[in-house]
Amino acid sequence: MTARSLFEKVWDDHQVVAETADTPAVLYIDLHLIHEVTTPEAFNVLKSRGLPVRRPDLTLATLDHSTPTLPIRSLADLDALVGAPAAKQIRVMLDNCREAGIRMLDFDSGQRGIVHVIGPELGITQPGKTIVCGDSHTSTHGAFGALAFGIGTTEVGHVLATQCLLQRKPKTLAINVNGRLARGVGAKDIILAIIGRIGVGGGTGHVIEYRGETISALSMEQRMTICNMSIEGGARAGMIAPDDTTIGYLAGRPLAPSGAAWDQAVRRWRALPADPGARYDREVSLDVAKLAPMITFGTNPGMVIPIDGAVPADTGDASFRKSLQYMGVEAGKPMLGRPVDVVFIGSCTNSRLSDLREAASLLQGRKVSGSVKVMIVPGSQTVKQQAEAEGLDRVFTAAGAEWRESGCSMCLGMNGDTVARGQLCVSTSNRNFEGRQGIGARTVLASPLTAAAAAVTGRISDPRELLAR
Amino acid sequence: MDKITRFTSRTVVLPQSDIDTDQIVPARFLTTTTRKGLGQALFADWRYDSAGQPRPDFALNQPAAAGCGILVAGHNFGCGSSREHAPWALLDYGIGAVISTGIADIFRNNSLKNGLVPVIVDADTHGWLLAHPGVEVTVDVDARSIRLPDGRTAEFPLDGFSRYCLLNGVDQLGYLLQQSEAITRFEKARAWQP
Repeated sequence: MTARSLFEKVWDDHQVVAETADTPAVLYIDLHLIHEVTTPEAFNVLKSRGLPVRRPDLTLATLDHSTPTLPIRSLADLDALVGAPAAKQIRVMLDNCREAGIRMLDFDSGQRGIVHVIGPELGITQPGKTIVCGDSHTSTHGAFGALAFGIGTTEVGHVLATQCLLQRKPKTLAINVNGRLARGVGAKDIILAIIGRIGVGGGTGHVIEYRGETISALSMEQRMTICNMSIEGGARAGMIAPDDTTIGYLAGRPLAPSGAAWDQAVRRWRALPADPGARYDREVSLDVAKLAPMITFGTNPGMVIPIDGAVPADTGDASFRKSLQYMGVEAGKPMLGRPVDVVFIGSCTNSRLSDLREAASLLQGRKVSGSVKVMIVPGSQTVKQQAEAEGLDRVFTAAGAEWRESGCSMCLGMNGDTVARGQLCVSTSNRNFEGRQGIGARTVLASPLTAAAAAVTGRISDPRELLAR
Repeated sequence: MDKITRFTSRTVVLPQSDIDTDQIVPARFLTTTTRKGLGQALFADWRYDSAGQPRPDFALNQPAAAGCGILVAGHNFGCGSSREHAPWALLDYGIGAVISTGIADIFRNNSLKNGLVPVIVDADTHGWLLAHPGVEVTVDVDARSIRLPDGRTAEFPLDGFSRYCLLNGVDQLGYLLQQSEAITRFEKARAWQP
């Protein structure tokens, strides 16, 4: 048998009908995660055709995008906090899931959170699964060696009705990352550097597999940060081979297998890493030993520089100029020292316990600078409880930051958590697109450490300098 | 879904590279529970100023753009979020095809499911189209090509199944539902259960 990559093994294991020259593969989906924004119209289609949800038991729902990050006492509070349309969207979601018998982690569950945070922390995200969600950051789950990708609402309907998708087999892109990271440099900096290297369309048509000694040394939460932003490099999915770190993370989680089923699952997971000699359509290699913390300067995640670097020279490209004009930055000038209005620490990229610990390590015993608004939003209610048990919330509030309920929040500003026109926000989220955090808002993507450094100094700052003090 | 064999329309040009789905439909319009009426939200932050008035310098607001059914965009169109609201908004506005040198995977998939034709062309053809806004272009799904006013044609990639679905107005859910016996067999026969 030919040597297969991790992706090929998962793909082969889920082909209900193999693809032909004329027809796409019918691919079975093991886990369908759903949230309130991209599902209402899919349920509408099923209802209008009289179709049931085929596998409610393989579907897991939560509320994250339109939800408030201030506490609510009852659903009646929603209208005032997020507005009537978002409140209606949440109610429709609750009704749809109740009618279909889909497990919903709602406001009362204590386990609600960002869809890409709760899957892993509950242990339902597992190696070798196919996982989809109507959200492009579904690539996050690939950190476990799952084939996980975002789909549109029509496809959400396909999965609800048939538990399958029609798919053409994508190409593979191996990204080899080697070198030992310096202090103050982390997973977010690696993935921003990768996107800077391959470009925002560089992974189009491909599934990425991240490999190499640096990746192997990362924790699961760091691996999730890397896979999360695969889509920012154009790849729908990014995967990392399961290993002891993966298995150790999953052991004992509420929805992970247990007993004999656990042993069987681990045996299966151990066979997933690529065979020696497996081939990839493309390979890219990156040495991160000298990597600095990375920040974006423009309006897509590929417009990224080392924090101590300068914005690239003007090439005369109209898109580049438009981007710099929107951001209010100048070609050839540093980003360091620019005043900051808002700091957002959260999102499916960087809202897990280790991210919050990193931010707290810099905020401990320090104060948020002057007029900077700092919002810290845990990825899930579970993360929130864990952080509070460690006293991280008190570190944040003592420093002058806001500590909120979980949700997508200011990553995309759907719930009213927005950045005002012209304001500069250093954000641990994944997209610095124009208007992403609010109309006219300017976003600089960075790691939790770099974001915390900006909170303390009120300027774009190198976290390594604060760590050294 | 309507059947699409070929159609001819004038182009409107947005030369910006990497136009993401947050530009096509900003997130604040996603609190809807229906696909209808999203044309008003199309490119909202580029189309309207802070007072909600149309910006006269934006291509879609210019008189020549009225009735244009083909969007020619810079490299790598549709990157970012999976929101199907993006093709819904383009279709609702009256755009039937998007032409670029590259179109992001999820946006492309979503477009094909809704009858918005994603057209990826070579750099020369693309450069010519960017430089000649408002020309009449024929998008031929049957021939998998576009025809320019001077009679030149440029092919674009479209797999056989997607082409069949566009030509026949086939809804892919119907095709998947026909596979239900194979799906049941797969569920029963697999070595492990999720």
